[in-house]
Amino acid sequence: MSIDLSQFHQVFFEESYEGLDAMEQGLLDMDMVSPDAEVINTIFRAAHSMKGGAGTFGFTQVAEFTHVLETLLDQIRSGQRAMSQDIQNLLLKSVDCIRQLLQDLQAGNDPDLTESTTLKGQFEEILSGQSPAPAAAENSDVPVDDKKEEGGGGWLVRFTPEVTLLQTGNEPARMFRQLADLCDNEMQVSLDTSRLPVFTSLNPEECYLIWEIRIEKAINKGDIEEVFEWVTDDAEIIITPLDSGSAQAPVSETEVTAEQPKIEEAQAKPEVAAKPVAAEKAAAKQPAKQQESSSIRVSIDKVDSLINMVGELVITQSMLGQLGQNFDITRVQRLQEGLAQLEHNTRELQESVMKIRMMPISFVFSRFPRLVRDVSISLDKKIDLIMSGENTELDKTVMEKIGDPMVHLIRNSIDHGIEKPADRVAAGKPETGTVHLNAYHQSGNIVIEIKDDGAGLNTDRILQKATEKGLVAEGANLTQEQIFDLIFQPGFSTADVVSDLSGRGVGMDVVRRNIASLNGSIEVSSERGRGSRFVIRLPLTLAILDGQLVKVGEEIYIFPLVSIVESIQLDDRAINNVGGHSDVLQLRDEYVPIVQLDDVFNIEKEKRSIAESIIVVVETDGEKIGVVVDELMGQQQVVIKSLEENYKRVDGISGATILGDGTVALIVDISGLSKMSGTNAKILDGSHKAA
Amino acid sequence: MSAVSEINDHSNMEDDVLTEQYLTFIMADEEYGVDILAVQEIRGWESATPVPNSPRYIKGVINLRGTIVPIMDLRQRFGLEIKEYGEETVVVVLKIFTSTGARTMGIIVDAISDVYDVPIGDAKNRGLGDNQNSNFIKGLVTVKKHMVILLELENLLTIDD
Amino acid sequence: MAKILAVDDSASMRQMVSFTLKGAGHDVVEASDGTEALKYAQGQSVDLVLSDVNMPNMNGIELCRNLRQLPGYKFTPILMLTTESAGDKKMEGKSAGATGWIVKPFNPDQLLTTIKKVLG
Repeated sequence: MSIDLSQFHQVFFEESYEGLDAMEQGLLDMDMVSPDAEVINTIFRAAHSMKGGAGTFGFTQVAEFTHVLETLLDQIRSGQRAMSQDIQNLLLKSVDCIRQLLQDLQAGNDPDLTESTTLKGQFEEILSGQSPAPAAAENSDVPVDDKKEEGGGGWLVRFTPEVTLLQTGNEPARMFRQLADLCDNEMQVSLDTSRLPVFTSLNPEECYLIWEIRIEKAINKGDIEEVFEWVTDDAEIIITPLDSGSAQAPVSETEVTAEQPKIEEAQAKPEVAAKPVAAEKAAAKQPAKQQESSSIRVSIDKVDSLINMVGELVITQSMLGQLGQNFDITRVQRLQEGLAQLEHNTRELQESVMKIRMMPISFVFSRFPRLVRDVSISLDKKIDLIMSGENTELDKTVMEKIGDPMVHLIRNSIDHGIEKPADRVAAGKPETGTVHLNAYHQSGNIVIEIKDDGAGLNTDRILQKATEKGLVAEGANLTQEQIFDLIFQPGFSTADVVSDLSGRGVGMDVVRRNIASLNGSIEVSSERGRGSRFVIRLPLTLAILDGQLVKVGEEIYIFPLVSIVESIQLDDRAINNVGGHSDVLQLRDEYVPIVQLDDVFNIEKEKRSIAESIIVVVETDGEKIGVVVDELMGQQQVVIKSLEENYKRVDGISGATILGDGTVALIVDISGLSKMSGTNAKILDGSHKAA
Repeated sequence: MSAVSEINDHSNMEDDVLTEQYLTFIMADEEYGVDILAVQEIRGWESATPVPNSPRYIKGVINLRGTIVPIMDLRQRFGLEIKEYGEETVVVVLKIFTSTGARTMGIIVDAISDVYDVPIGDAKNRGLGDNQNSNFIKGLVTVKKHMVILLELENLLTIDD
Repeated sequence: MAKILAVDDSASMRQMVSFTLKGAGHDVVEASDGTEALKYAQGQSVDLVLSDVNMPNMNGIELCRNLRQLPGYKFTPILMLTTESAGDKKMEGKSAGATGWIVKPFNPDQLLTTIKKVLG
């Protein structure tokens, strides 16, 4: 029988990633001078578990690499070796390396061993300074005489256990049964009771008996020894060939011990056979899985609460069912109560289900201490990372997608925001800069703040750069907010030298776009010399949208509430016409292009004058447009349904939803709408500002 | 919606001939057939939500138990005269499996006709010409002395831009 | 068949051991560290204990020592799952009262063969 071990691989990968995170966390937190023993133990255990699992499931390269880590960590935990910054760096690099190896293996690709080989060399250098590295038992080529002695006429085994033998759970009868299996029952067992004490001093839990077993078949001596393998130190085992008249010198303990590596080698052989098979399996796997894992850990409480809610729903349903069976108009009040109850149950159930996908943001935050440490070291800056609100929960998918934008923002803070220690001191600031990461819930959204006490945004330089790149007209007059907004324009970067860290083509515009694709928003505020603050707002879940219903003609459309600036009703005079085709609205100190939704969407309806319509001012990619609609309807949370699934992608539409009356309403993609309408704020260039 | 009549009497057919089953419907006085395995359900016509900038033959989308399904007017798809929708107007909801995944769509037809067993390979394609509609037609068969036009669903239900 | 208590802080190992043993018709109870295992053992008896050595809260050696104090576990076979090839870990196990050991990594067949040794 062979079991397919690959069914356990996913669990192994996941627990290994967690183990690596724990190792990393422990290493970062560790005090070099007097490290906490428990932290070292945790790190050791993580490496140890990974080694064991990797070996068991055939991931030999990982097992071998982790083995050297484990060896070093063992020395540290037993006090043989002191911890040091170099070792910490080496271990942190190893964590990254193992993570990469596991990801490669998980995707079914051949892992690249260059990094691990280099690191392994470094480990071995350190280790060779002290106690010899114990040879990996799995691959030991222990030169042992092949003691495959076959007794020509069988064996005589004299088994004298220590009296405490039974207390280790060993049972001689079992061992004899194994011997019997080995020799096909061609054996005789005789008893030597010379050790038995007087009955009154007999302790039933002790073993005073001695046995002699006569094996009359020519079997392998090594096999006999294997039967007694566990008790070699708790017993005297003398094995002599049957055909020699005189008893040979008792097989000494040392001889038996020397057999053990061979036994382990024998055990290693089936493992070697397993290795190429495992490698084949890994290669045959489809390279599918990316970083995002497809499973989720849910706390039992959430599941229980869900089960309760479904239970209540069933009760309500059956109550309504009964009511419906013999319904007459006098019972309408009961019906209304029942329906109210149903609404309550459904809402609770919805919240409960959404909570299942919610996980604490600490999962994303946890990679930042390492990031901050590495980046600040490489830039020669001193930075403290303070994190708060790690327990704030958000949707798992949102969390996976917000990680990269946050990395970029933090790198920015460290790279451009926080000054070098000397500069900070000169400016009267403490040498060590602070980056503060905070998360909290606010009116149905999750808010993530990234604050630094660095130099703040340099508005002059931003304006200069933007002018150079043609994003702004020469001599344009912009408010501070508008200047801040420029950093989100594509292709914008004020770094004089594109540092390896943040300037790698991932601009702030990508950050904003990523956040927008999550139906979120990002704002920046800053004070020169004091610091900057980025605030990201995200909805708690991707599947649901807070929407504003609007009516255009006969149809209802939905605008994402988060994109609406304001809605106004005005008369024709407030609209100006520019260049013969674009209508423009003067809104306080800005000009906002007008978009007729029925034109862009080719909706047939009676034309209304502006005075009879409503203009919904929306904002996208930093630009405002005014969308003309007939009526404003209510606001509600809508469930986003895919239009693409059975139809296709439609410009200007991001999805659909089902209204209370069962009909379909389309959700407007504001960014797409803006592009479709051909409005280009640049037409108005620097004269955004009204005179 | 007219009732679907009994399935054909097989007494004329040999037992070992492999057949496919087709649901047929009437459109502009002609009888068309679709693979019955693709038919998910048959509904009456209710209004659909129009989708901006879609082809004329796409009337819009409807809510089919929580899924958004587009509705196509088959007459317009074939470039025929449009007919007013009334109480007998029927929507045949089809689900097909394509190289890009599964797709569900409804087609508006005049009325449902019948269910026939058609021996595989009986469909004849000659004489159909090469106009834009010929892509939608798999072939012609004769059933009980009249012609049934078998539809090629994957082409029919793929929206060209 | 037998009732086996499997103790390991690695979920993938537990799953593999559990699956293998259940497939051979045994009853398996899982624990993720020594403390959990001991708590279980205080109320229930088993035919065999399989335990990893390195675990948080209470490691395998301590678990073994503690189990041997329980009247119901004086003679129960306890096997340590260990990757330590060095003799001293095995000695530690024996002195804590372990019956024997299984060297990691092992494959399911090796596990079953070794189990047979103690289950008769």
